Amino acid sequence: MIEMKDVYKTYPNGVIALNGISVRIKQGEFVYVVGPSGAGKSTFIKMMYREEKPTSGSIVINGVNLAKLKDSRVPLLRRHIGVVFQDFKLLPKLTVYENVAFALEVIEESPKVIKKKVMEVLDLVGLKNKARFYPNELSGGEQQRVSIARSIVNSPKIVIADEPTGNLDPENSWGIMELFEQINDRGTTIVMATHNREIVNTMKKRVIAIESGKIVRDEARGEYGYEA
Amino acid sequence: MRLSTLRRHARESLKSLGRNGWMTFASISAVTVTLLLVGVFLVIMFNMNHFANKIENDVEIRVYIDLTATDKDKQALKAQIEGISEVKDVQYSSKEQELQNLIKSFGEEGSSFRLFEQDNPLSDVYIVKAAKPTDTMKVAKKIETFKFAHKVRYGKGQVEKLFKTLRIARNVGLGLIVGLLFTAMFLISNTIKITIFARRREIEIMRLVGATNGFIRWPFFLEGLWLGVIGAIVPISLILFVYYNIYAFLKPKLTVPFLQLLPFNPFMWEISFVLLMLGACIGVWGSMMSVRKFLKV
Repeated sequence: MIEMKDVYKTYPNGVIALNGISVRIKQGEFVYVVGPSGAGKSTFIKMMYREEKPTSGSIVINGVNLAKLKDSRVPLLRRHIGVVFQDFKLLPKLTVYENVAFALEVIEESPKVIKKKVMEVLDLVGLKNKARFYPNELSGGEQQRVSIARSIVNSPKIVIADEPTGNLDPENSWGIMELFEQINDRGTTIVMATHNREIVNTMKKRVIAIESGKIVRDEARGEYGYEA
Repeated sequence: MRLSTLRRHARESLKSLGRNGWMTFASISAVTVTLLLVGVFLVIMFNMNHFANKIENDVEIRVYIDLTATDKDKQALKAQIEGISEVKDVQYSSKEQELQNLIKSFGEEGSSFRLFEQDNPLSDVYIVKAAKPTDTMKVAKKIETFKFAHKVRYGKGQVEKLFKTLRIARNVGLGLIVGLLFTAMFLISNTIKITIFARRREIEIMRLVGATNGFIRWPFFLEGLWLGVIGAIVPISLILFVYYNIYAFLKPKLTVPFLQLLPFNPFMWEISFVLLMLGACIGVWGSMMSVRKFLKV
């Protein structure tokens, strides 16, 4: 459960990114966040994994108010939130397996558990047979699958994705969306910022449209609503 | 912390040393040069202090007793001197003894003084030591006022001058050392900065998946530690080797009682320990300085 109340964000350079946002996202929902570039989508997304702090207002995730969360507690929060990016953010010198295992190593999981969880999640994203490959030996779609595998290997309740299909061709994009749907089916909340009109209009989900730092539209089974 | 985690940190830190080969080399060299200079300076300083203490303890007041003083007068004078609270010890030396000492101190040529054995022109002397060497002057002043204290002599001026010189040398050296230590720390901090820069993506991902700052810091902490400790090896070995030889060479030649080198053991082990610790500290400090800036959330 994610709940934002009157969230404002002004950056130090004076740019107002969020101008009074209030929204509730229930556990297990699948939400698209749409809007023109520079409307505040990214800031909205960053608020959820506490990359940015609100200037005022509150963001409560699973009972924790991120606006008041101490810096030292942020790592613990992030262990319950998976994050996926447009540019995958994989480490080029590590294999697929190592990239996924990395997320568990840094939180000091035991080697035995790591092996089991990583193989499970690689199986889920369909890359079990490519565990020993390096990222540059994979297609873009496969790389994004690795990054998704890494984001969910911790079994987080929430996965946040910032334009996960932005760098992919349509075919690969559909594959990735199917994967997100699969993850969502297991009860994981998914919040996805996207510019992909076709996907939003085809896979009908809740759509939150942000413009000039405000929510201008919030529909249960919405459309993309902007010219492509 | 898990053992596997610690191993991982150690592995990462060593990998990073290898990856930034030249910067690693530069930092270690900086530590080496710094610690070598610091080490040499420490050795000199401790030995000078050692001399100074010896000399200080050798400072004595010679009270020449008036020729007209009777045995009774001498006893009274001694009692008076012993009555001064700062006085530790009073020794009597007759004029015959004084002459023998004089003859001895001149060695071969001393024999010409034997003429005076018949008619000794010297005075009987009380040799007075103050409990604290720094009180010497005060005690001497007091004794001067006593009856039958014909002349009072101590190493006036010279001792003070020596101490002053030592003090200046020490301060200049300390200033130099602090400057050098900062240079080394600065270099290490820059090396680590480059290391961090090379690994910023890795750090970014670590933070995204919930690694604590402590966890992220560990490899850099170790890297700084390695730089410092490796940098300390050469200066320690060099100083041990050179001092060992100097000590062995000079020991039989230095016969003057106060001019003695500090013995190799335990002095050299103490110096080695200090240098190792200094190396470790500047390494760790330098690396922590650059990581701190980077880890601000």
